[in-house]
Amino acid sequence: MLKFTEEHEWLKIEGDVATVGITEHAAGQLGDLVFVELPEAGASFAKGDSAATVESVKAASDVYCPLDGEIIEVNQAIVDDPSLVNSDPQGAAWFFKLKLADPSAANALLDEAAYKELVA
Amino acid sequence: MRQTWRPDLEDISHLKHTPLHALHLSLGARMVPFAGYDMPVQYPEGVLKEHLHTRAAAGVFDVSHMGQIIVRPKSGRIEDAALALEKLVPVDILGLAEGRQRYGLFTNDEGGILDDLMITNRGDHLFLVVNAACKDADFEHLKRGLGDTCDVKMLDDRALVALQGPRAEAVLCELWADVASMRFMDVAEADLHDVTCIISRSGYTGEDGFEISIPVTSAVDVTQRLLEHPDVMPIGLGARDSLRLEAGLCLYGNDIDADTTPVEAALEWAIQKSRRSGGDRAGGFPGAERILAEFANGAKRRRVGLKPEGRAPVRGGAKVYADAEGNVAVGTVTSGGFGPSVDGPVAMGYVDAAQAGNGTKLYAEVRGKYLPLTVTALPFVKQTYKR
Repeated sequence: MLKFTEEHEWLKIEGDVATVGITEHAAGQLGDLVFVELPEAGASFAKGDSAATVESVKAASDVYCPLDGEIIEVNQAIVDDPSLVNSDPQGAAWFFKLKLADPSAANALLDEAAYKELVA
Repeated sequence: MRQTWRPDLEDISHLKHTPLHALHLSLGARMVPFAGYDMPVQYPEGVLKEHLHTRAAAGVFDVSHMGQIIVRPKSGRIEDAALALEKLVPVDILGLAEGRQRYGLFTNDEGGILDDLMITNRGDHLFLVVNAACKDADFEHLKRGLGDTCDVKMLDDRALVALQGPRAEAVLCELWADVASMRFMDVAEADLHDVTCIISRSGYTGEDGFEISIPVTSAVDVTQRLLEHPDVMPIGLGARDSLRLEAGLCLYGNDIDADTTPVEAALEWAIQKSRRSGGDRAGGFPGAERILAEFANGAKRRRVGLKPEGRAPVRGGAKVYADAEGNVAVGTVTSGGFGPSVDGPVAMGYVDAAQAGNGTKLYAEVRGKYLPLTVTALPFVKQTYKR
């Protein structure tokens, strides 16, 4: 199941684990990224907490945790090469995997059509 | 994600346009509000490529939002305008030769900096370029200070375009061959595309380059001629900021303001010997007492380069500490970001004089962590001015 937030995160949900990244639209708006900071595996976040930071030459932006949960894995590849977020934001450049506290809460997020309408 | 890049919540209807506004839109620029103007922050290539292209070839910048002011002596004698302006700036204007430009500062009675500016001797008048956000206040300040002896006029019929980078001379040569004879800080009048322009060999990137004052009616024509050259790319405010930061140049409002003095800001070089204690025309500018005392005794704090050790940018506003636990506050970052040519983070800021020596290890607070950084000589990249 693919879901989106109004803050431009995407979630690919398989069982009670969501793989989270930022959308192609967001990556395009941010421009070339030069730095990514990811959370520690094992950290717990509430929905809306700042879970990661991305920085372009010009500015820093927070990436929010889209649902309550615990980080179980992070993608070191985007820390080593932040430009991956610009080249493949909705594929290889995922940010973290989140074990959802309540998988049913995902139903309230946007589906792909609703997100596309938001950024159109 | 926080939508830091979307200005659409702001009312942009009040923003002014430069004469090149439509050209920016046609080039696909992303526009942002800056100093009351709707300005290009980047073009489709993006900040990173624009920055690197300027250092490798040449970039064109619209800086028409800046103020262009003429100070003309009522007596007809340029010396009278020079001496009058010296009452507002701690700079040697009398010794500024015709066709030469100099960096200057308006100071206040407390020794703080009201604005920084470029001053040119144009033979029968002085030509000033001031910051966009300060230009109305500067104009009033000049009229109050010099109105008795000089006519002060803000030019609203000229655009200002910067051409910067190692290929700038070759590009401009195709429009005006004599440009090769100009040295850093020379100013000349020239016909470009049958339009009389004022060209200075200066800029805000640390690179060789030019700033070209163009009559509004021809601004688009001349700029398009520059952009047609295969070595030239349009450059937005984003790369303008990263270029000047790597070059160690101050941004008014960030690195210098009414609460910072020239000595604190490490701008002693902008105050020539004739205006310092013991000079022919020592003092006689606002805040002279404090500024000259700081020349003699040093200032309590100092603007320095700060090189973060890791990859994380340290932005303006970050607090700086002497220790990794954040117990001993010693200063603040005033400008910081990622330097594409340095290929790493760069910053500058103010620290206590005792911590200002090159090589001093300090720590900046970023998102609750204390990141190590080192006090480093500015600039971060070698300046390539043609002296």
